[in-house]
Amino acid sequence: MSQSLKIDNLHASVDGHEILKGLTLEVPKGEVHAIMGPNGSGKSTLAKVIAGHEDYVVTEGSVTLDGTDLLALEIDERSRAGFFLAFQYPHEIPGVSNANFLRAARQARLPKGEEIDAVAFYREMYAKMDQLGMDRKFTGRSVNEGFSGGEKKRNEILQMMILDPKYAVLDETDSGLDIDALKIVAQGVNAMRSPERGFLVITHYQRLLDYIVPDVVHVLSDGRIVKTGDKSLALELEEKGYDWVTKELAAA
Amino acid sequence: MTDSATLEAVSIDQDEGNFSYPEDYAHDAGYGLTEKTIDYISDIKGEAEWIREFRKRALKVFNDKPMPTHWASEDLNNIVFDHIRYYLAKGQRPTRSWDEVPDDVKETFERLGIPEKERKYLAGVEAQFDSEAAYSNVKEELTKEGVIFVNSTEALREHPEVFRPWFGKVIPTGDNKFSALNSAVFSGGSFIYVPPGVKVKHPLQAYFRINAENFGQFERTLILVDEGAEVTYMEGCTAPKFETATLHSAVVELVAMKDAKIQYITVQNWSNNVFNLVTKRGLAHENAEIRWIDCNIGSRLTMKYPGVIMKGRKARGEVISIALANDGQHQDTGAKMIHAADETTSNIVAKSISVGTGRSTYRGQVHIPRHLKGCKNNTECDALLINATSRTDTYPAITVRGNRHATQHEASVSQVSEDQIFYMKQRGLSEGEAMSLSVNGFVNDLVREFPMEYSVELKRLIDMEMEGSVG
Repeated sequence: MSQSLKIDNLHASVDGHEILKGLTLEVPKGEVHAIMGPNGSGKSTLAKVIAGHEDYVVTEGSVTLDGTDLLALEIDERSRAGFFLAFQYPHEIPGVSNANFLRAARQARLPKGEEIDAVAFYREMYAKMDQLGMDRKFTGRSVNEGFSGGEKKRNEILQMMILDPKYAVLDETDSGLDIDALKIVAQGVNAMRSPERGFLVITHYQRLLDYIVPDVVHVLSDGRIVKTGDKSLALELEEKGYDWVTKELAAA
Repeated sequence: MTDSATLEAVSIDQDEGNFSYPEDYAHDAGYGLTEKTIDYISDIKGEAEWIREFRKRALKVFNDKPMPTHWASEDLNNIVFDHIRYYLAKGQRPTRSWDEVPDDVKETFERLGIPEKERKYLAGVEAQFDSEAAYSNVKEELTKEGVIFVNSTEALREHPEVFRPWFGKVIPTGDNKFSALNSAVFSGGSFIYVPPGVKVKHPLQAYFRINAENFGQFERTLILVDEGAEVTYMEGCTAPKFETATLHSAVVELVAMKDAKIQYITVQNWSNNVFNLVTKRGLAHENAEIRWIDCNIGSRLTMKYPGVIMKGRKARGEVISIALANDGQHQDTGAKMIHAADETTSNIVAKSISVGTGRSTYRGQVHIPRHLKGCKNNTECDALLINATSRTDTYPAITVRGNRHATQHEASVSQVSEDQIFYMKQRGLSEGEAMSLSVNGFVNDLVREFPMEYSVELKRLIDMEMEGSVG
């Protein structure tokens, strides 16, 4: 059984339009992969399809997590199987405090009838918030409600830390972040890098990859991975622009 | 635990009010309502003649008044008054000790957790089983301070000088058809008097339990809080799930004298065969405060619009209301604020949740006449629709005359967005858990107004109601 998040020949469409057109990539456990691509190439679609968003229809291909067929699972089952998506636009949940939400998510991972150890949970949550430079007041505030863009993204990383996934997809986590917030978020991700976890970092800009240094960089264009390389590929892209890849592809 | 024991524990937990004990009543007024029914009730209670007269006049008013279906639900026409029993009792007097309560009645209240709650955090408890209280006890120190907490029969017999002047004064018999019905056949309920300056620290609680089928429960409550005194009263209600309709029609009158404070908290979880038609109103004198904190879950049709008449200068009235209408249920709730003095302030915050084919209706009446000055009202009503088949309606009637007042009204209808549920499910919550959490979030600011023990209970009830509402 492969220890990886494996996406094989994935085709997916929304409202009858095919967005992913045979996407293949594999993130082995312990590695950080980045996906870069121009707007409209299908980056966010990929994240939502792996998570199981119901607006998207998978017409062909597979996604497996350490050999488990993710596409056969419900959205919440995928989460509990160890898949985490850091959202580009995290949603607000009015009236539900951050602490309660995290606690409910953790509780959902326990066998039926087993209760979460509240004291230990709060201790852990506070420690992780300190690590991310988050004020304690965020525990009592409604999830993402009235948060700034940076606060929302930081909150996503906090959730990721608390839920301790096997594989995480970060969907344009850098968008809307100033450089200080970006550094803190990257620190959080780097602290979570481990031989037991894989990351797929989706980004439009190379900037984030200065702080979260990837093992592998993929370029996504028109629903397919068109180029794969090491971290230098990101710098090359930054320099030459996405046109370079598309042109090179057209020439090939 | 064995599987069956687990199953049993779980099924009681999820549906804790749904059980009943065999009927063995010493007193049964039989089916239907006539003057004979009233004589039967009055005779058993050994009532004063003026009460019997009061009842008989009320019966006439009840018979003369049409069903209010010109504005209210047509479902009212499905109540068959001849198929209802108006008085059922085991013939016992309320005891001060749970040990003396008949076994089946005691077991009922134990299963509902009442004695336990009493030990933990209540200053006094009354437990009514069908028509009469089976248990009534108030902490001794309160009795010494002159606090009275008894049922209606005992109150009118033992303390007429205290209660008679206010009885039927806040809600006159003819207020509506169901207040007239209650006035004709009332039994049980809580009559409370708090003497001047006495601040009752812990809440007093009543629990109303319907055990019998084809029965009507008509408790009558009058709470009289003297100058500068304070009390919190809580009521809970349940009934088993019968096939046929059961009627619950209470009248609750509150009187807050100068500088007094009354907080009246209701958490009802009626089974969905119950017609719950209740009239609740308070009279607030100078600088007095009356708050109704009301949570309506269950029942087939609830019609309830707690009100406050602000009669003295600087009196304050408040209604905090949560209603949850599930499949086949109609919560028709709201508030009435009658400003009758200068500088009076009222606040209404109502939130409703409609699930499945459930329907919530908000009706609000705010009245501020021209000759007054400095009155304020704030009204907020928010509705949450869970399914495409759910329904909500809002009928606010705010009448403000003159230009020396301030009023504010906000209303909203919302749905839990699919993206919000997607987000929560991505974190590992099932669809049901995500919906429960969202709904609890929607009412969270109001749930905080309930005492701790009740807010925990409320959250659990909402979770139960939301189970299976999605998918």
